[in-house]
Amino acid sequence: MHELSVCYGLLSQVERVAREHAATGVTRILLQVGPLSGVEPRLLRRAWPVAAAGSVAASAILEIEAADIRVHCSRCDAESAATANRLLCSACGDYRTRVISGDELILKTLELETARVPRNTDAGQEHRRIHGAL
Amino acid sequence: MCTTCGCGVDTDTVRVDGKLAPVRVDTEAVTVLEGLLADNDAQAARNRAHFDQHDVLAVNLMSSPGAGKTALLEATIQALGDELRIAVIEGDLETENDAARIRRHGVPAIQVTTGNACHLDADMVHEALHRLRLSDVDLLFVENVGNLVCPASFDLGQHRNVTLLSVPEGDDKPAKYPVIFRAADLVLLTKQDLAPVMPEFSGERAADAVRSLASTAPVHGVSVKTGDGLADWCAWLRAEYRAQQVRRRDGSTVRPRVQPDGARLHAAAGGARS
Ligand SMILES: Nc1nc2c(ncn2[C@@H]2O[C@H](COP(=O)(O)OP(=O)(O)O)[C@@H](O)[C@H]2O)c(=O)[nH]1
Ligand SMILES: [Mg+2]
Ligand SMILES: [Zn+2]
Ligand SMILES: [Zn+2]
Repeated sequence: MHELSVCYGLLSQVERVAREHAATGVTRILLQVGPLSGVEPRLLRRAWPVAAAGSVAASAILEIEAADIRVHCSRCDAESAATANRLLCSACGDYRTRVISGDELILKTLELETARVPRNTDAGQEHRRIHGAL
Repeated sequence: MCTTCGCGVDTDTVRVDGKLAPVRVDTEAVTVLEGLLADNDAQAARNRAHFDQHDVLAVNLMSSPGAGKTALLEATIQALGDELRIAVIEGDLETENDAARIRRHGVPAIQVTTGNACHLDADMVHEALHRLRLSDVDLLFVENVGNLVCPASFDLGQHRNVTLLSVPEGDDKPAKYPVIFRAADLVLLTKQDLAPVMPEFSGERAADAVRSLASTAPVHGVSVKTGDGLADWCAWLRAEYRAQQVRRRDGSTVRPRVQPDGARLHAAAGGARS
């Protein structure tokens, strides 16, 4: 079950973004996971609490957006819906297609809890250091 | 308002009376748009750069357990060992069995201990690289963990993916495990010597199932028992090795045909978040 490794990868990304924003917590995580990513959303959901336990994202809500499979045909230029094991052009039947959606494995957005920080705190300094003068 | 990330935090917390405003909790939404395996992909890119620096062609072998990866490697070493300097990174199973089988042919083999992991990742391969002298290698094989699901999600830094399907497994496997067969640059239908006793296996159906994945990868039959198809396989490896030397001369590199999402995103966003 490689979903746990994927969750640890996700956690390190979430922790990095949270740090960059001097966040005190993560409330919501939105992923996009396509059927061709090789990652099973159901298993990802089950593995996430194990990876996130004790972290800044321990109580975050994990939302997973599914993505439809779509292909673009290089023969007839049509764009059509497809399934994981049939990625042919539905207009002309050709196999020379390119997947334009359905293989996503993306961290889209995070909702962070941030303390409104006065200028002279470390967190405030850090936020300004990263994002420049505001 | 923070312009780099649009996070909506303002730092105007000093009040007119000169005192600091109390800390208040807000939530901010941050758009990240980054591949979930970004850390793995970054390590994979470093591995690929190591390979390129040393003129090494790296080929990742994936299949279910027992499809014949180690047997194919042994036959390949016998066929090509005088021509190309071969090395193997063994991820399949915790025991040293497979590595020992390879070493018997006088070729360096590094066993990666994956514990219970069902796939290799870029860090494991990187760690193995420290135990190999890449300057003495032309062709590096990575024998991935026997599994038709997980290995496909992790870029290791290889240039090419080869997915094996053995005759006894049935010709419907590409339709059942589309992700791993779609990732293949070459599909090998192994144990062809068993085809006469397994008439239910049709190489044509297997190839059609691969085509249905919009794959242009060649589909070759091989048998290490009869030697059938080994010449084609070796010809493919030689051509890939020559292509790697050409790329090395003009400073380019190549990844397996299916690109993990993270890389594509970065290209689209002009490397917005690196
Ligand atoms: N009949 C036949 N058996 C094979 C062939 N290739 C491998 N095998 C057998 O299949 C079994 C598993 O092979 P192995 O190389 O260990 O598979 P791996 O787990 O993918 O590395 C062994 O008993 C091999 O002897 C082949 O071409 N024909
Ligand atoms: Mg093996
Ligand atoms: Zn797994
Ligand atoms: Zn078409």
